[in-house]
Amino acid sequence: MASSFAKMMSSRTTGLLMASLGAGAVATGYLLSDSAAISAEQRRKLYPPSADFPDLRKHNNCMASALTPAIYAKLRDRITPNNWTLDQCIQTGVDNPGHPFIKTVGMVAGDEESYEVFAEIFDPVIKDRHNGYDPKTMKHPTDLDASKIHSGVFDEHYVLSSRVRTGRSIRGLSLPPACSRSERREVERVVVQALAGLKGDLSGRYYSLTEMSEAEQQRLIDDHFLFDKPVSPLLTCAFMARDWPDARGIWHNNEKTFLIWINEEDHTRVISMEKGGNMKRVFERFCRGLKQVEQLIQERGWEFMWNERLGYVLTCPSNLGTGLRAGVHVRLPKLSKDPRFGKILDNLRLQKRGTGGVDTAAVGDTFDISNLDRLGKSEVELVQLVVDGVNYLVECEKRLEKGQDIKIPAPIQHFKK
Amino acid sequence: MPFGNTHNQLKMNYTAEQEYPDLSKHNNHMAKVLTLEMYANLRDKQTPSGFTVDDVIQTGVDNPGHPFIMTVGCVAGDEETYEVFKELLDPVIEDRHGGYKPTDKHKTDLNPDNLQGGDDLDPNYVLSSRVRTGRSIRGFCLPPHCSRGERRGIESLSVEALGSLDGDLKGKYYALKDMTEEEQQQLIDDHFLFDKPVSPLLLASGMARDWPDGRGIWHNDNKTFLVWVNEEDHLRVISMQKGGNMKEVFNRFCTGLTKIEELFKEKGHEFMWNEHLGYVLTCPSNLGTGLRGGVHVKLPNVSKHEKFGEILKRLRLQKRGTGGVDTAAVGGVFDISNADRLGFSEVELVQMVVDGVKLLVEMEKRLEAGQSIDDLMPEQK
Repeated sequence: MASSFAKMMSSRTTGLLMASLGAGAVATGYLLSDSAAISAEQRRKLYPPSADFPDLRKHNNCMASALTPAIYAKLRDRITPNNWTLDQCIQTGVDNPGHPFIKTVGMVAGDEESYEVFAEIFDPVIKDRHNGYDPKTMKHPTDLDASKIHSGVFDEHYVLSSRVRTGRSIRGLSLPPACSRSERREVERVVVQALAGLKGDLSGRYYSLTEMSEAEQQRLIDDHFLFDKPVSPLLTCAFMARDWPDARGIWHNNEKTFLIWINEEDHTRVISMEKGGNMKRVFERFCRGLKQVEQLIQERGWEFMWNERLGYVLTCPSNLGTGLRAGVHVRLPKLSKDPRFGKILDNLRLQKRGTGGVDTAAVGDTFDISNLDRLGKSEVELVQLVVDGVNYLVECEKRLEKGQDIKIPAPIQHFKK
Repeated sequence: MPFGNTHNQLKMNYTAEQEYPDLSKHNNHMAKVLTLEMYANLRDKQTPSGFTVDDVIQTGVDNPGHPFIMTVGCVAGDEETYEVFKELLDPVIEDRHGGYKPTDKHKTDLNPDNLQGGDDLDPNYVLSSRVRTGRSIRGFCLPPHCSRGERRGIESLSVEALGSLDGDLKGKYYALKDMTEEEQQQLIDDHFLFDKPVSPLLLASGMARDWPDGRGIWHNDNKTFLVWVNEEDHLRVISMQKGGNMKEVFNRFCTGLTKIEELFKEKGHEFMWNEHLGYVLTCPSNLGTGLRGGVHVKLPNVSKHEKFGEILKRLRLQKRGTGGVDTAAVGGVFDISNADRLGFSEVELVQMVVDGVKLLVEMEKRLEAGQSIDDLMPEQK
């Protein structure tokens, strides 16, 4: 280690700085330049992981529950092949302590490799969020064969609309928290080019956020298609809103039943939807569209991020696996007032939201009902679960209308072991 | 540290053109100056601590600006930013600071005896007087870039230094994360408490990371000398009191700052300073003195005069609402302060405020009496 003593620091300032920070013992063997400027390398040594460990005492999110000083010390100086760091993964969780009732995830991936390089923290977070799913030992099933769905047409007296969404990431390009402008533009280019190849009921058009006219903007708002610059601090603290609205846009088919968001919270968000209760047709279009888009990008040498541990890889660990949320807007005036409503939903592995989406309240008696789970069950399994569940809820509503009693169903098992 | 694309190696696989930000709808100093050629020259550079040009400009890319208000659009992550990215920051500085050239030298003068007058601004009009500046501790990264360890280091050094102040400057530190409800309310009532930044100009530069870790407020028992730790700069130092005795405010300001600097030196630390840029701070707009000296003054008549804007311009003064930057005046009361930061010394700037406010009050009295102010019109300073 002779070379490390060759350039001993001569700056009094730097030496005293180190001494005053109690870094005495650590000072031995340092490589320091003459100026007061400290390199990133030196800083890492000057500030051991314990100096940088975040104060998470008032925090309630999956990252804060799982991150110990020991894990932090091990991972702090690691980088992914794209130079993404642990601090960058967890920044959003440090900046957003959370809510006593709602446990957010508190970390994001910057690239596909984040989930490997920082597995020591991602794995427990994934386990916590996804009902004990263990990425080290379990495999995630992917199944996009819509023909397997049965009883997928709901009573339209109750079910007003049906929707399935997921996300897809383009392998080889950094994710929204980490991507540079050129990478983000590349995602846009790759996806828009592929979508231009869709035909028939899927043929459509792209609307870039930077070039949208006032009229187009208003029309997209009226269709409830337009997404806006994120305001949630959960997203902005994860660096996802950088360079807005550069390379962001919306693509939809002419029939307005298949919609893709580009470069919002993920590279792509894919949505199939229609009014009424034909969930089977919605899912069929969803699977067909996804497969065609995948084929079109593969023709040009690209693929989606996917592996058998985690399924489809997305920015937020909560969306791993299928990334799928299948849901309906359904009127349940009587059932929603029944004290057993919550328990019924829990056992059916369903979640209720307001019709404005996540973090909104229900208006009137109409609820957004969707699957809770994302990882450990296939797309077909999750959609069937929603189909069976919604049919059950509608049955309950009808029974209550007739003055009959309802039963809480047995809880659905988490994973096939 | 903080940004998504800091050290993102994949971006170097793309050309400068593919990476260059779309600034077509932007109106800020950075956007005016950053050409594709300049971006190409700077994109592979970094400061020793790892700050890149994308880090410098992110806030300016994310905040296109306003047709009427020209923001700076870039920040420094450390002292070396101003050297490594000279090509970008020199023209930004020149544009923002009235033609200040890369070869110009900045004069520092914190001798309050050099201020003439300033103890007799009419308290019937001048409601309060205040001088603020910022200081950065050499060897640490600035708020956009510092790690939690560094930020805490800055805090503990500052608390130690401030803890040694005595006499009229003796006071107490309130860490944001340990504050009790009562302390918080008291600090709000005193108008001392600063909150987590909400301005997208600050948020987009990464300054609000890890809030409220490492942040706090120190003030003396008399509540006339106040230091903010780790908000937009390492330290913001404020001297203030009710009434128009700007001389006393400036005295305390200079005395306090000099004492604090001594205390830091005893511990082996200096403030970031050089003879070209003066005191180095996070935002290029605060270079030089980082000084904003001002008053809250009642000018209901003058402010309605058609030449008000012109008068202020000639006096090298700026008006704001009494809520500070980006607020409107309420009830004819204005915050009047120096417009310049760099290229004039502290004494010179406070002298401009003192002389200028004296003149404005005189004008106000004239207009109250229904008299003309034409003979009072100042020359361009």
